[in-house]
Amino acid sequence: MYDVAIIGAGVTGSAVARELSRFNLRVVVIDRENDVCCGTSKANSAIIHAGYDPEENTLMAKFNSEGNPMFDQLCRELDIPFKRIGSLVVAYDDEQIEHLEKLYRRGLNNKIQKMSILNQEELRKREPHINPEAKGALLAETAGIIDPMLLTISLIENAVMNGCDLKLNFAVTSIEKNSKSFKIRSKSESVEAEYVINAAGVFADRIHNMVSASDFRIKPRRGQYFLLDKCEGCMVNSVIFPCPDRMGKGTLVTPTVHGNLILGPSSDDLEDPEDLSTTPELLEKARNGAKKLIPEITTRNSIRTFAGMRAEPDTGDFIVREAPDTPRFFDAAGIKSPGLTAAPAIAEYMISLLEKAGLGMEMKKNFNPEIERKLFLERSGEEQEKLLKKNPLYGRIICRCENITEGDILDAIHRPVGAKTLDGVKRRCRPGMGRCQGGFCGPKVQEILARELDRPVEEIVLEKKNSYILTGKTK
Amino acid sequence: MEKSEYDVVVIGGGPAGLAAAVEARENGISRVLIIERDVEPGGILQQCIHNGFGLFEFSEELTGPEYAQKFINMARKDEIEIMLDTIVTSINSSKEITVMNTEGKKEILAKSVILAMGCRERTRGAISIPGERPAGVFTAGTAQRYINIEGYMVGKKVVILGSGDIGMIMARRIVLEGGEVKAVVARSSFPKGLTRNVVQCLDHYDIPLLLSHNIVEIKGKERVESVVIAETDMKKQVIPGTEKEYECDTVLLSVGLIPENELSKQAGIELDRKTGGPVVNESMETSVEGIFACGNVVHVHDLVDFVTAESRRAGKNAASYVRGEFKRNGDYVTFSTSGGLTYAVPHKFRYSNLPDKLDIFMRVDMVYNDSLIILENRGKEIARFRERHLTPGEMIKITVKKEMFEKTEGVININLVSEKESGNEK
Repeated sequence: MYDVAIIGAGVTGSAVARELSRFNLRVVVIDRENDVCCGTSKANSAIIHAGYDPEENTLMAKFNSEGNPMFDQLCRELDIPFKRIGSLVVAYDDEQIEHLEKLYRRGLNNKIQKMSILNQEELRKREPHINPEAKGALLAETAGIIDPMLLTISLIENAVMNGCDLKLNFAVTSIEKNSKSFKIRSKSESVEAEYVINAAGVFADRIHNMVSASDFRIKPRRGQYFLLDKCEGCMVNSVIFPCPDRMGKGTLVTPTVHGNLILGPSSDDLEDPEDLSTTPELLEKARNGAKKLIPEITTRNSIRTFAGMRAEPDTGDFIVREAPDTPRFFDAAGIKSPGLTAAPAIAEYMISLLEKAGLGMEMKKNFNPEIERKLFLERSGEEQEKLLKKNPLYGRIICRCENITEGDILDAIHRPVGAKTLDGVKRRCRPGMGRCQGGFCGPKVQEILARELDRPVEEIVLEKKNSYILTGKTK
Repeated sequence: MEKSEYDVVVIGGGPAGLAAAVEARENGISRVLIIERDVEPGGILQQCIHNGFGLFEFSEELTGPEYAQKFINMARKDEIEIMLDTIVTSINSSKEITVMNTEGKKEILAKSVILAMGCRERTRGAISIPGERPAGVFTAGTAQRYINIEGYMVGKKVVILGSGDIGMIMARRIVLEGGEVKAVVARSSFPKGLTRNVVQCLDHYDIPLLLSHNIVEIKGKERVESVVIAETDMKKQVIPGTEKEYECDTVLLSVGLIPENELSKQAGIELDRKTGGPVVNESMETSVEGIFACGNVVHVHDLVDFVTAESRRAGKNAASYVRGEFKRNGDYVTFSTSGGLTYAVPHKFRYSNLPDKLDIFMRVDMVYNDSLIILENRGKEIARFRERHLTPGEMIKITVKKEMFEKTEGVININLVSEKESGNEK
């Protein structure tokens, strides 16, 4: 019997798990996939938003403005890269300039600091490649960029290091409400917990409806992106948005924290939350949107196109609460943008809700907030020498595009929440994320996985259970 | 950090690097080092187990590994040091190189450097094929490695996009391994690879070649389940209504090669946007003095024999650079191209440095029949070459005698005209 079960190992569930692992509680995180961070958290714009965008007095505004300042310490503790490079909302005419002023006022109401409106000259100085027709921009200096996969994986890993359990391949089929607890079932196993937190992303309405009266719907909204080679990474210095429209913040252009350039998303609403296909029309729209901001951009140096699914709630705001008709069942649902930014603030808020609902919270004496996760070549010369002595495989580069060593890959496999698939390794330490997209390193990573997990090479899959790579031995 | 010094450091132990190193050694340079990232030398040839290599160089048909072995043996005989399983992590224009392997990091100072890093394959991401992103989409070279080196099959029912040589060779390989190749799909109206490969790899095995077609969607949540193929028009745009779904579990991509020049950029070397490789002179020297380049890192070759010849030139000149015999007299004359010729390598020359005969390599943008290649300088024709059949898959090689370039200056334009048109002019 667990004190708390969290459904969903995305960034929200993982952040809540880490907060809960500070206390003497039995906590379990369950997820339907064979790894953590397989949904919305792995495919998004990777932005830590400043917080001028959400309407005043919404939960989005609250958690955005509370979440953003938490990232410096959080990323230091989790040893992951985070850069506050600032964001710009670009305006082309007087009407849009007026909109910038509206966003600026909203930002002030949301208690966002370090905002200013740049004139054309200031904008061009900051972004030399910006469309010459751009008249001005709203600068929000506190906006930043992050690797959302590293963030999510590090959060859950830190939770597991501090005693949290993790059950993967656990697709919830039903939740039984008893007088003092819930029984969560999959096809083959079950978990019992006194408190349940629903952080199931695009499936959060389905999970909610298993125990509680239906009062919201999650509409899947797909966003399509281009990821460009690092040679394009210095085309912009900030996260650059157009003026927002009905479908959201529009197509942005931003460097990634690893030095690539990302363009997108172009959005559409779908019925199927699992339809992550890209389409020529919407990719074209993303390309054109980006070109409107930075005319010099070409997708000649695209290294990948991808789609992510956002959990758009029909209520228009995050749903973070104890379910009205089901005590001890909590929703963290409809976590669309700025969900990544909001995650640590949602986690803290969730703790206060649980406490209010009667969960006894006693701080753990030995909670360790820190993990070490730097890659070999990101370390100092001295640290490198020490590691090489420990294991010479830190000196063998497997991924030439991203300079990832065999030692880094071994770490990714053997860490507390270790990788078991090629994409699992990629999400943790990036081999295959570069310009050759795993063409050179894929077979090697597969071999290392097979060796380390002591399984035949053919059984190592790309990502999900049936995403096999090889079909058998040659003649 | 450990430091060592060499006369010539060759980056890359594939056919280009091996030939360049051997040539430098045989031109009297004693301290030659090859740095190779793989655990054995030979480069991509080691996975090219088909034959057809060496017709020009050795007048016999060899497999890739056999061709490579000849040069590995020469390097061994010459006692050339080969640092295996080692990556160059940085290089600068002063020829200071940092390498890394399981023994740690080392610094290497070179008098001369020869870049021979080869090329990499264009991927799905580079051409943005829409659809889902399941397992089962491979570049042809990766599939070749799995099948020929690792000994594993990558799929049973395969569609191949691109009519490049590796794609066609892999089509045959898959059939020989008991797989089925549903189609080779090409966006162009002509095959991109060598004609001999169309005949020997596709025609002989009844593999359909769909010219002017493209894959417009990949389907399959976890593993490829099917692809949608459509016809394309002259501008390579999809013709609506021609879409047809092909059931398959694998897609191989043979959609082009890109010279691998990340290190060249680090060293501040000028690159040519068209070839994707360094701008080189008649001696295969790049824009940085004493740094030479050869093979697919300069421009993608069709035959390894030509790589070898080019690499020898680089090796020989690196040796003369180290000996201090390298001449820099006179101004550069540069080549430009027109009429469907996409590039010319070398990009430029100094007359005094020219060998008796200069080989110039070029490619065309589409198929041309009965054409003339005319070299012109300051309104005067220097030389002309008749070409019966030119296709983008095959490099054009012309050999021009040194004396033809006497008194040339500025820009020599190399133009492609149809023989008929040119006849009318006269």
